[in-house]
Amino acid sequence: MAAVFIEKLQKRYGSVEAVKDVSLTVQSGEIFGLLGPNGAGKTTTLRCLCTLTEPDSGTIEVSGISVVDNPRQARQRLGYIAQEVALDKVLTGRELLELQAALYHLPKATAKQRIAEMIDLLGLDEWADKRTGTYSGGLKKRLDLAAGLLHQPDVLVLDEPTVGLDIESRSTVWNFLRRLREAGTTVLITSHYLEEIDALADRVAIIDRGVVIASGTPSELKDRVGGDRITLRIREFSPTDEAQQAKSLLESLPTVQEVIINPAQGNSLNLVVTPNSEALMGVQQALQKAGLPTFGIAQSRPSLDDVYLTATGRTLLDADLAAAGSRDAKAEKKQNMR
Amino acid sequence: MSSTLTPSKSGLSEKPLVTPSQPNLVGEFVQETLALTRRLFIQLQRRPSTLAAGIIQPLMWLILFGALFQNAPQGLFGDRISYGQFLGAGVIVFTAFGGALNAGLPVMFDREFGFLNRLLVAPLASRFSIVMASAIFITTLSLIQTAAIVVMSALLGAGLPNAFGLALVAFIVLLLVLGVTGLSLGLAFALPGHIELIAVIFVTNLPLLFASTALVPLSFMPKWLQVVATLNPLSYAIEPIRYLYLHNDWSFSSIIMQAPFGNVSLGGALLILVGFCTLALISIQPLLRRRLA
Repeated sequence: MAAVFIEKLQKRYGSVEAVKDVSLTVQSGEIFGLLGPNGAGKTTTLRCLCTLTEPDSGTIEVSGISVVDNPRQARQRLGYIAQEVALDKVLTGRELLELQAALYHLPKATAKQRIAEMIDLLGLDEWADKRTGTYSGGLKKRLDLAAGLLHQPDVLVLDEPTVGLDIESRSTVWNFLRRLREAGTTVLITSHYLEEIDALADRVAIIDRGVVIASGTPSELKDRVGGDRITLRIREFSPTDEAQQAKSLLESLPTVQEVIINPAQGNSLNLVVTPNSEALMGVQQALQKAGLPTFGIAQSRPSLDDVYLTATGRTLLDADLAAAGSRDAKAEKKQNMR
Repeated sequence: MSSTLTPSKSGLSEKPLVTPSQPNLVGEFVQETLALTRRLFIQLQRRPSTLAAGIIQPLMWLILFGALFQNAPQGLFGDRISYGQFLGAGVIVFTAFGGALNAGLPVMFDREFGFLNRLLVAPLASRFSIVMASAIFITTLSLIQTAAIVVMSALLGAGLPNAFGLALVAFIVLLLVLGVTGLSLGLAFALPGHIELIAVIFVTNLPLLFASTALVPLSFMPKWLQVVATLNPLSYAIEPIRYLYLHNDWSFSSIIMQAPFGNVSLGGALLILVGFCTLALISIQPLLRRRLA
């Protein structure tokens, strides 16, 4: 039985179709990543899963339990870590965990034991009896993780777990999630960071404008795109005509499938090439012959960004920027309030 | 950040702690309600300024407002009583009303900060525990304030009702607070944000005070204001308390207010308050059900 089963999920807010068609299956014991730019429908999907929002149509099951028909039972099996950590700053970490334990109806003795375990597990000993208002961002996230795991959920759901965290806290969260998986907990995370999904997820679904556009293991997805990538910079900042000249030159090479000029990166050239070692050499020789310098050149396997680019015709970063410009923060806040 | 965060096998892969097959709904409801109430009292204990202000403010009313009409001719506010004696009941009710009116604010902030989501993703026996916890908290707070005002006005020479009378005062405060708290919590879920909620509180608070018998007796008012004041639920809390203060020989059939439409007895006023409270709590049910179901 799948840990999470979502089929044909749809949710609209007024005229906005936040989620158009999302289907995904999270297997027990894996880290599943939901990757997409801001505003793609990741959070809405999670809110439907965690019973915060009622879906318009579709099926959502947690360990075979429908979240729409049996929300209480589903809630018992889910641990939800929202993107923005909402702690009561007047309470101490321990008091927050005690509240959380009571909300999940743990018996007193069990609660005490679990709280001690969680404080130990997340290295919160020093901080447990201080008010959460004094915590750093990383500490707050750790306390939130402790709270989400207190009742031993089947599935831990995290919405953008490392947004706004410093690098060290981020890697702590990553390591912690990996160890959770080793201990058998199923983890579902959303992210708009490629590296995060690449580093953590066993399987991934890429979501764009409310639709799942690709899913599989990260390497499957990359293989499916095919070809290697070469990033070439003729100069640190190349003039456009020179970049154009190099483009037409390189396009004639048999190993080169496609050349894109990226004006945002000082007119660097992104090449899709046949995946073998001669490709790189061929490009360098062709440049030398034409008398063009090389500021930097690197060959790489396709990334998840290339998967996204192939499916949508834009990069995640572009999509993110576009989304940031068109988002109505106030309307979204309203949606997320209950 | 430490790098030794290793989930122990035993800590994470045990059988579920909660067996959903045999839920003890009542026990769970009590557990979550107490936990939520405890949170509010911890907040109060660590931020006592709310309570301090809530006690100082009515005392200021008693002293300053009482002094304002100190030189009014004897008998102006009723048979042989001073304005100080007259005012006590108004201050008790106004204070309890103000506190209850603000009950929705913490809930609104929980909505805005996302803390409410923490409660809504939890398998609560009933989400009405969230409302219940607020009601318990605000009611307790109002009774503490009422006690402080009763003691202070006794010290200022307003006297004390007898024991049964005091119990009745507490009961009246309870009814009013429950009803108003319900309405305020309803607003906290209906309005878009705290700015709007504060605006509603602002336009409700003082007008309801001035259009009641808190500061002057009904007989002082022009006819139209008398009509408004006798439609105002606050008057039905103020007048009984005032009567209890001034008469030790009260009964439920004692006439406490001469409204334009007829005389109101103590028992009648209590019935109206019970009606108000019930109506308020029933009227928010559909809203809470929609938001919290």
